[in-house]
Amino acid sequence: MKTLDSNKKYQNFVDEKSPNSPILKNCFNAFWVGGLICIIGQLIFDYCIFRGFSKDLAGSVVSISLIFISAFLTALNLFNRIGKFAGAGSLIPITGFANSIISPAMEYKSEGYVMGVGAKMFTVAGPVLVYGICSSVIVGIAYLIFNTQAILLI
Amino acid sequence: MSDFINSIDYMMLLKAFVIGGLLCVFAQILIDKTKLTPARILVLYVTLGCILGGLGIYKYLVDFAGCGATVPLTGFGFNLSKGVAEAIRSDGLMGAFTGGIKACAAGITAAIFFGYIAALVSKPKMKKQ
Repeated sequence: MKTLDSNKKYQNFVDEKSPNSPILKNCFNAFWVGGLICIIGQLIFDYCIFRGFSKDLAGSVVSISLIFISAFLTALNLFNRIGKFAGAGSLIPITGFANSIISPAMEYKSEGYVMGVGAKMFTVAGPVLVYGICSSVIVGIAYLIFNTQAILLI
Repeated sequence: MSDFINSIDYMMLLKAFVIGGLLCVFAQILIDKTKLTPARILVLYVTLGCILGGLGIYKYLVDFAGCGATVPLTGFGFNLSKGVAEAIRSDGLMGAFTGGIKACAAGITAAIFFGYIAALVSKPKMKKQ
């Protein structure tokens, strides 16, 4: 075996040996699975509108339904398989956010219900909420300072 | 039920499929090319959605693609900024602190509650090494 004299050579060596992730195939799978989840959401949304719900309420129903489906599949250990197959296709829709809460909650059950389930639930979702909420506060303060017309557009 | 099936707007479904799919493809490219962890990508998407929502840009995507734009996590960020904008219009400064979570309450609560229930009733399979 050759000796590897620099970090760069080592990195090249690793890149050569590590399995090439077929990016086109990954993107294709992400595309249709992600699209399909959005179609399911759109169908639920349309049905709520059809039944006379307001748009805001319909949006909430869509989130809750998709999160419930995600929780159900995660509890049956099926979501991991979908995630492995679809990559970002199941990560980016709200199902992925739900899965990032549910899956550690299940995994750390053995560490107890308070510091295990309760705390580890937020290992991934915590940062998402922190950055989401902080940026929303900044957006709000920016509106107040600049008093933009953009606020009327939303 | 058949009334509902007749009322489905198939063009809207197609738009939701394409836009939702494309948002996922961007994330997939980021995962494969930059080695960003999924958590960072989720954070990036939420923040981006919130900023684009705040600038009034993301709204056009939502009008165009419906759930194709609201179901991905950028839509979660958009919801935050939309809630803040509405609350600021009615409550002023306090709105900046109450509006965001209020608009996203359903999603966050559902995820936490269902997550807790799932942890109560289910055991994770051992990961294969």
